This record gives sequence, structure tokens and C-alpha cells, in this order.
Amino acid sequence: MSAVIEARDLGKRAGRATLLDGVGLAVEAGEMVAIIGPNGAGKSTLLRLLSGDLRPSKGEVRLKQRGISSYTPRELAARRAMLSQHINVTFPFTVEEIVLMGAGERSLREAGPLVDAALDEVGLAHFRERQLPTLSGGEQQRAHFARVLVQLACGEAEHGPGLLLLDEPTSSLDLRHQIDLVEAARRRAAGGTAVIAILHDLNLAIRFADRLIVLNGGRLAADGPRADIVTREIIRDIFEIDAVVHQADGVPYVLPQSMRAAPPAPQ
Amino acid sequence: MSAAIGTDARRRAGTGRRFASIAIPVLLAALAATAIVALTVGAAGIPLSRLPAALGIAGTADAMTARDQLVLWSIRIPRIAATAMVGGLLAAAGAIMQGLFRNPLADPALVGVSSGGALAAASAIVFTDSRFGETLRFLQSELLPLAAFAGSLTATAILYGISSRGGRTSIAVFLLAGVAITAIANAGIGLLVFIADDRQLRDITFWLLGSMSGATWTKTAVLAPILVIGLGACAYIARGLDLLVLGEADAFHGGVDVERLKRISIVMVSAMTGVAVSISGVIGFVGIVVPHLLRLVIGPTHRLLLPASVLSGAILMVGADTLARTIVAPAEMPIGILTAAVGAPVFLGILLRQRGLASL
Repeated sequence: MSAVIEARDLGKRAGRATLLDGVGLAVEAGEMVAIIGPNGAGKSTLLRLLSGDLRPSKGEVRLKQRGISSYTPRELAARRAMLSQHINVTFPFTVEEIVLMGAGERSLREAGPLVDAALDEVGLAHFRERQLPTLSGGEQQRAHFARVLVQLACGEAEHGPGLLLLDEPTSSLDLRHQIDLVEAARRRAAGGTAVIAILHDLNLAIRFADRLIVLNGGRLAADGPRADIVTREIIRDIFEIDAVVHQADGVPYVLPQSMRAAPPAPQ
Repeated sequence: MSAAIGTDARRRAGTGRRFASIAIPVLLAALAATAIVALTVGAAGIPLSRLPAALGIAGTADAMTARDQLVLWSIRIPRIAATAMVGGLLAAAGAIMQGLFRNPLADPALVGVSSGGALAAASAIVFTDSRFGETLRFLQSELLPLAAFAGSLTATAILYGISSRGGRTSIAVFLLAGVAITAIANAGIGLLVFIADDRQLRDITFWLLGSMSGATWTKTAVLAPILVIGLGACAYIARGLDLLVLGEADAFHGGVDVERLKRISIVMVSAMTGVAVSISGVIGFVGIVVPHLLRLVIGPTHRLLLPASVLSGAILMVGADTLARTIVAPAEMPIGILTAAVGAPVFLGILLRQRGLASL
């Protein structure tokens, strides 16, 4: 199977600072990948490069076997959808109007079923006529997720399985809605979408993804199945904390410990 | 899945905005009514009963009709037409600018775009009235809108360059930069006033007050094509402006060519404001008040907001101009005073509702 998105030797500089250097990855259709790493590791930069929003200083990104910069914004939007972290809507758009923005030029009449389905999936059907700025941060994040789901569905109807990028999609969500969102993303992957998400909560990342990509200091520190990545040593190296890794139903489970109370690292 | 929501027919008709579907016909009717009132009142009153004859639609031709026709066709109708178009251009320019800067407080007059146009127009007056430029004086009425457009474009470009960094626009920086650009433009206008002779001074003062009294058919003819092009551009950029509310990066993720959208918006705001300013002088707050009130009633979706702003701006300006030329008759009050008297309190009201603005 060929990769939906591929990055080779990706680098990004801003002034003198190197945000990202020598990162390569390939994600196939139906795969679910979580990007983890400490603050400033280059996770958001990597995602923006993969979305085509930023241009790399070196290397290249290929989406569906084509250089990502060769797509027009509209062509790109039909093949990859992205949920950003902070979106501040200043005008009194309703939830429904925001979600409909994902449907491109389609009217509400045409895209109605998709909008309905997405609002149901994020649990906001009862808020559809509420103005977005009046909702809580978590509810707004869910509304934007619904918009991204509509965009993905519209694109996939025309061009087949696409790419879904999520930048800390659960940052404002309560526990139940974190799980709901993860499961909604899993359903997309089961349908063939390639899903890449930045997640801070290691346990959610483990639950979310079969494969983890670890960034540290702008470089790829590790990339592999969760069982290989979620080890006490890697967590100590990357996050500089000590953690106990348990197994629950065959899935690793990370319990962070205080650094001061931590026993010396096994040599 | 909620059955109650699925069967909501009203939602299917539009986007849940009760007045959205009837907004355009209602506004058209209101504009027609306002225009009829504006036709009948003034220094020479033309009662409604004489209006059809004066317009040449019906009735007998007598001495009174001849006078009415002269008043209507050479003074009042061109003035109403120009006023309506200036109002439409100013309101639409305000709505586009607010979409572009994702900020309901953006207004071409408030942040120096009008002042930039006025400075350039005043420079053109002084130049064409001077010994060096007198060979171009016959072109003055063509030159003024072009100069005002160039001045507005420069001001808008500087404003965007200063306040927009890395795809984000700081509202505080934007408003403060606007204050500074206004101050610079006003200093320039002040200098021109200082060096101007009596004849130039009279022409420049006209810009400083803001008035529709200089409206003629020629000036109306300059406004019309800009309005038509503007309406076409509005239809083209409406969806992009909707998505731009998410921020530049997310508008791009949604399929908008953000750079092109910004270029078209900046040129349109500058052209619409510049041409309006070259006819009417600096008239503030129309661009804030009209889109703001409309968003409350019909929602912020630009596909409807932009044409509705054109119509509402026309209604507001024709109404204000009718007041301006009647309340202190036979003298005339500068219309800029009226629009500021209505607009500034609305502006303060928006500020009060947006306490969170400081955090932006």
C-alpha cells in the first residue's frame, strides 16, 4: 500500500532558529499516528508542514504522490482536513454556519445530511443555532471538529480516502469528549483515512494510535508501534520525568512520577 | 439523532436567521421609500402629488412643473443617486474591511484609509490649482478619484503591513496604527491648508467637512462603475471572508487562497473608499454602524451581509443627507457631523460589549 502522505528530510528554519531538521515519515491509508514530544519539539511545525500551510526550508512533502505545493488551496482542502489548536471567532456565526464552512461551496440544502451527522457525532446537535462565541472553549473545539469532519467527508466523496490532521484536538475537552473525539477519529481511520494527531496526554496517545512518532528538539527521536515507544527509558529521555509503565489489557499505561522522588535510572 | 431538529423546515430554508430570506426585498423597498421622501423635501418643496408630473411620468406641464423638473433632474436626483452610492460603497468597504481584519471595529474612516484618500485628493486639488499643474486642471474631476484611490490603497497597505504578522492580526496594533496613519494624513492635509491659496482652500475645506452638496451627474457617473465592480467582487470574495473568520491558516486549510483574497479585499476597500471620499469627503462611521446592525439581524454570512450593507448604507446616507439639508434650511449641515453623532455612540456600544478585546 502506498503512503497517503510522505515527508522526506523535512527541515524548517525561522531566522536563526531551527524548528525542525531532517524529519522523514510516511503514513498510509487507514493508519492512526500520534505525534508526541515536549513543548517546543516542533510538533505543530511538522503538522503545518504536512498540511501545506508552511513551506519547508528543505526536504519535501508529498500528498497522494504529488508535491504538496503543486496543489491549489481548494484542491488541497479536498484531500486533507486540519483542526488547529486555537481558533478565535469574532463574529456571531452560529454553530451550524461554522460547520457548514467545511462543505465548501455547497449550500445547507446540499450538505445538510453531512452537517447533521457531524453535529450528532460531536454531540452539538442541540446547539446548532447558538452563536459560536457564546459557547465554552470545549464546545467551540467540538464545533470546529465537526466542521473539519464535514470537510473531510466532502473531499473523500470525490477523491477517496484523505488525510486528517489534528493539532491537540483534546486540549479543551472533558474526559468523555476526549474519548468521543478519539473514537470519531478511529472510525475515520477504519474507513481508510490517514489520521495524524498531536497529543500531549500520553495515555490518550497510546489509546488513540497504533503508532507513535516522538519529536524532540526538532528531530525525530523515535517512530514505531506503541509497545516499542512507551518505555520508561524513552519517557525519561524525552520528557525528563520518571514514569512507571503498566500494562492494562495488553495496552501500555503510563503513570508519571515526580522527578525528585524518582529512583536512579537503571543502567 | 434528534427528530425535532431534522423536521425544522425553517432551518432548511436558510440558516436559522429569521430575517435573512426577506432582507434584500425589505431593504430595496426601504431604499425606494427613503428616496421618495428625499425627492419631495428640500429648499424647494415638491409635494408627493406633484412628484409624478415632475418626474415626467404623468400629469400636465405647467410653470410649476417646469420648475420642479429643473430642481429634480439637475439638483436633487443626481445628489440622491450619488449619496446612495457613496453610502453603499462606504458600508460595503467597512464590511469587507471588518471581514479582512476579523474585527467588527474596522472602518476605513476610523483607521486612516479615508484620510489617506483625502490627503491624496487634497494634494491633487492643490497641484491642479497651482501654476505647475494647471495644464491638468481640465482633468481634475477624473484625477481626484484616482488620487483618492491611490491614497487609500497606500494607507490600507501600510496598515496591513504593520498590524498583520505571521498570519495573525493584532487588533490593538491595528487600531493604534490606524490612529497614527490618520494623524499623519491629517498633518499632511493641515500642511496643504496652510500653503493653499483662497481658491484651493475652499476646495479642500469641502473634504474636511464631508458633504454631498457637490454631487453632479458627472460625479455620479464615476461612482456607478466602482459600485458595480464592487458588487461583483463582493460575490466573489464572500465565502473566503466567511472562512477568514477562522484565521488565515484555517481559512487556507478550508481551501481559501488567502493571499489572493487579501489582495482583492485591500484593493476593493481602497477603491470603494477612495472614490467615495473623492465625491463626498471623509464621512465616518457608516462603515461600522451598518454592518454591525445587520450582523445582529441577518447574521455575519458575507454572501448576504455585503449586498445588504450596500443597500442599508444607501438608506442611511440618503436619510442623513435629507436631514442635513433640511434641519437648518436654508443652510446645510455637513453630513459628516450627523453620521458621527449616530455612529460614535454605536462604536462605543460595540466596545462595551467586547470587554474581552484587551486580551486580543
